[in-house]
Amino acid sequence: MELKDSRRIEAPPQDVWDALLDKDVLKACVPGCQEMEGSPEDGFDAKVVQKVGPVKATFGGRVTLEDRVPPESLTITGEGKGGAAGFAKGGAKVRLEPLNGGAATQLHYDVEARVGGKLAQLGSRIIDGFAKKMADQFFTRFEEVVTGTEEAAEATPRADAGNEAPPGETAAAQDERTR
Amino acid sequence: MPKDGGIGASTKRREDVRFLTGTGRYTDDINLPGQAYVHFVRSDVAHGRIRSIDPSTAEGMPGVLKVFTSKDFEAAGGIPCGWQITSRDGSVMQEPKHPILAEGVVRHVGDPIAAIVAKSREQARDAAEALEIDIEELPAVMNMREALKDGAPQVHDSLDSNLCFDWGFVEENREAVDTAIREAAHVTTLELVNNRLIANPMEPRVAIGAYDMAADSHTLYTTSQNPHVIRLLMGAFVLNIPEHKLRVVAPDVGGGFGSKIYHYAEEAFCTYAAKVLRRPVKWTSSRSEAFMSDAHGRDHVTKIELALDADHNFTALRTETHANMGAYLSTFAPAVPTWLHGTLMAGNYRTPLVYVNVKAVFTNTVPVDAYRGAGRPEATFQLERVVDKAARELGIDPVELRRKNFITEFPYATPVAVEYDTGDYHATLDKVLEISDWAGFDARLEKSRARGKLRGIGLAHYIEACGIAPSNLVGQLGARAGLFESATVRVNATGGITVMTGSHSHGQGHATTFAQVVADMIGIDASQVEISHGDTANTPMGMGTYGSRSIAVGGSAMVKATEKIIAKARKIAAHMLEASADDIELKDGAFTVAGTDKSLNWGDVTLAAYVPHNYPLDEIEPGLEETAFYDPANFTFPSGAYVCEVEVDPETGKVEVQGFAAADDFGNVINPMIVEGQVQGGLAQGIGQALLEACAYDDDGQLLSASYMDYAMPRAYDFPMFKVDSSCRTPCTHNPLGVKGCGEAGAIGSPPAVVNAVIDALHRAGHEIPHIDMPMTPNRVWSAIHGGAGPDKDGETMEERSVGA
Repeated sequence: MELKDSRRIEAPPQDVWDALLDKDVLKACVPGCQEMEGSPEDGFDAKVVQKVGPVKATFGGRVTLEDRVPPESLTITGEGKGGAAGFAKGGAKVRLEPLNGGAATQLHYDVEARVGGKLAQLGSRIIDGFAKKMADQFFTRFEEVVTGTEEAAEATPRADAGNEAPPGETAAAQDERTR
Repeated sequence: MPKDGGIGASTKRREDVRFLTGTGRYTDDINLPGQAYVHFVRSDVAHGRIRSIDPSTAEGMPGVLKVFTSKDFEAAGGIPCGWQITSRDGSVMQEPKHPILAEGVVRHVGDPIAAIVAKSREQARDAAEALEIDIEELPAVMNMREALKDGAPQVHDSLDSNLCFDWGFVEENREAVDTAIREAAHVTTLELVNNRLIANPMEPRVAIGAYDMAADSHTLYTTSQNPHVIRLLMGAFVLNIPEHKLRVVAPDVGGGFGSKIYHYAEEAFCTYAAKVLRRPVKWTSSRSEAFMSDAHGRDHVTKIELALDADHNFTALRTETHANMGAYLSTFAPAVPTWLHGTLMAGNYRTPLVYVNVKAVFTNTVPVDAYRGAGRPEATFQLERVVDKAARELGIDPVELRRKNFITEFPYATPVAVEYDTGDYHATLDKVLEISDWAGFDARLEKSRARGKLRGIGLAHYIEACGIAPSNLVGQLGARAGLFESATVRVNATGGITVMTGSHSHGQGHATTFAQVVADMIGIDASQVEISHGDTANTPMGMGTYGSRSIAVGGSAMVKATEKIIAKARKIAAHMLEASADDIELKDGAFTVAGTDKSLNWGDVTLAAYVPHNYPLDEIEPGLEETAFYDPANFTFPSGAYVCEVEVDPETGKVEVQGFAAADDFGNVINPMIVEGQVQGGLAQGIGQALLEACAYDDDGQLLSASYMDYAMPRAYDFPMFKVDSSCRTPCTHNPLGVKGCGEAGAIGSPPAVVNAVIDALHRAGHEIPHIDMPMTPNRVWSAIHGGAGPDKDGETMEERSVGA
């Protein structure tokens, strides 16, 4: 799966750069993110709940930031394991282009990702659309956070609200439902 | 007048009463006291090295009894393969170990890594989430030609290469075939793919292992087409359990189509784990698991060349096939592209020289094995497509080209090692042209054109080798087993009969047809005959049901046993009637002294056998129970002619089957209604292959078509009403019923008929398209119409059209 796009953000490149490396911002912006720990230097450990078509799972994953050229470009790579749901892995090359003499930023991203296990078996048809939707949600929130429309600390997950497991429901029961 | 009973009557299927009222007893209906449940943790990657498995968290989860890994099976053998093929250079095939649970390396998505047994299914599944497995992903190889290149990822490090075998048949003909093709007036060449399929029986696989400590004996309940074969393979080769300590039961089975022939790891696991845990262990496959653990079918890529002389006689045929074995060798796998395929390459034609080369290849995919037809559909597809293409290239009628080259004299020894005993190919051709209204096609074409649709008509013939098989012959060919069949006929004191057959019914209707035969032979009502099958504890050693062999081989064993019963009953009757046994006639269930009115009913004689007060005890034993084993003298050779008529929407590429006619020669027919049902089911699967079904992998080895959202099963609305005829009958000459078998024909003859029809439709509209790969999806057909470049698969070459193409 490949996804290439860009997005204008009304903030200077340095602000965008700082936000990209801020785990609290990332936690607020990654759809379904439950936990985000770590640092840009050591990488982040994340826990994300997501539903891809009929497959729903909690993905535990590790994200590393490489080739960092502040505030111009970096490569993000990650791998998430969702137990019986399979896995997702991939990377994104991100480039920040100053606009309006540095008052705004054009954020270019080039994502390559692949899925395996049940995700591929049941979700491959819809994975492109899913990835597009995730990217849109991420950047919409990211823009809100960076431009101050919304404070990172107060940002609340929205699009994933319906994805949270009902309390006490077992993974098997969820899987049974979506099998 | 149609008969209302006995051989030749369309008796309604007695088993349908329980199937249709929900009272069938399938393996999953069996629940044993204290049973535990196993959940298999399967590989998510196509190829990988297992760095570590940490079961500690999973073992502590509620209800978990034990987490099994390959370490628990160090004393067990691998899953065995039932055939050994010898390559052209004289070496035997490469045969990797197929462990019950992966030993350090996973080789396809779905390969079982660990097994968690818990008190409930849900607990086992929850614990699976907590099992920590660290796998280093390795490069996978999916494409057969890529797999044979130097430097390709190796599916098995223990083997020299990914080439399982390189088989030449008949090797002695190779040079003569090459010469004939070089010198031919015309050579038609075609490259084609026989698409990988998933069998998809309605009932997924289930296994329950049980261990009786007091008797030190094992029982396995399993969804199998051949319980005795499972007992032999699993007992002798995997778990080292002698057969008298192992019972295998395959009760009602909801379809198999070949996929339930094979011995699977899950069966051995449940049997073994039940002893370790001292409680029954049950596994029920989910549909998702079925897609990635049931053996797949087909997956051949072939180049075929047909040589003709100036008079359009076929002079030689040469093929090169790559056959996908998947990651391991399934039970029958090596036999499918070789002896079930090469031997059929003469088809219905007098081609004097045939050479078949098959390269069997390991890839990081689910193992491939026999699926309805098994090798014969692949052979028929190549042949009937290339004959059609030759007719088109030469500008002659495809019907006449076939007629010109038909075999007409029997027995006929083919250049590919088999001898057809009987057949009449002109008869089935005449019949199918009649029932399909071939002559009226032009009028229908005009109507389609008026609606803006393309219309085409396609013909295909087939020959198949059924009634598998003469044991001495298959032994020479590499089979590690005999292929006889058995039956015990037990006559009760009051005259009722139980037949215990080694054949297995999983949709074929044996309970009805087998009873018709025995009842007919004795002259009693079929309700007096019960058919029992599927339990090694009460049936004689049998080889099971596949390859359209049940009535031809199992039925013959039953006839032989019944003949023994009748011979003995006649002696008893002769004694009671104070006559010579030679003078006793059996008719309509009564023994009569010829030329007199002295007579005894069947029940009088059977009672005497068990209450031998007035009985020739000095000559024969009391009781009336006989067993026969029957080993066929030859294969049977059903044949037929199929016509498909399609409409193609040029705007969308959608193919609609407008008509399908099948004229089959199955020899004698026991129950025409059941035969018609078998043909209809086969047609549905064959047309499904041609238009809808494809097992698809991505380049990383992820199985993409692993649910019914992506794997397109045929449905009733995909088909017109079929016209099915089995009135052309040349009885088999070497079995007592003169029967040939009908289970696979529909799936064998239909794919080329459909493709021929679609190609015909396109040519009639001016699109000079030589071939379209199956399944002929709207995308592929539309792309072909528009110059071959479609939204996907554009410009692909033969090199790229391998797995799942």
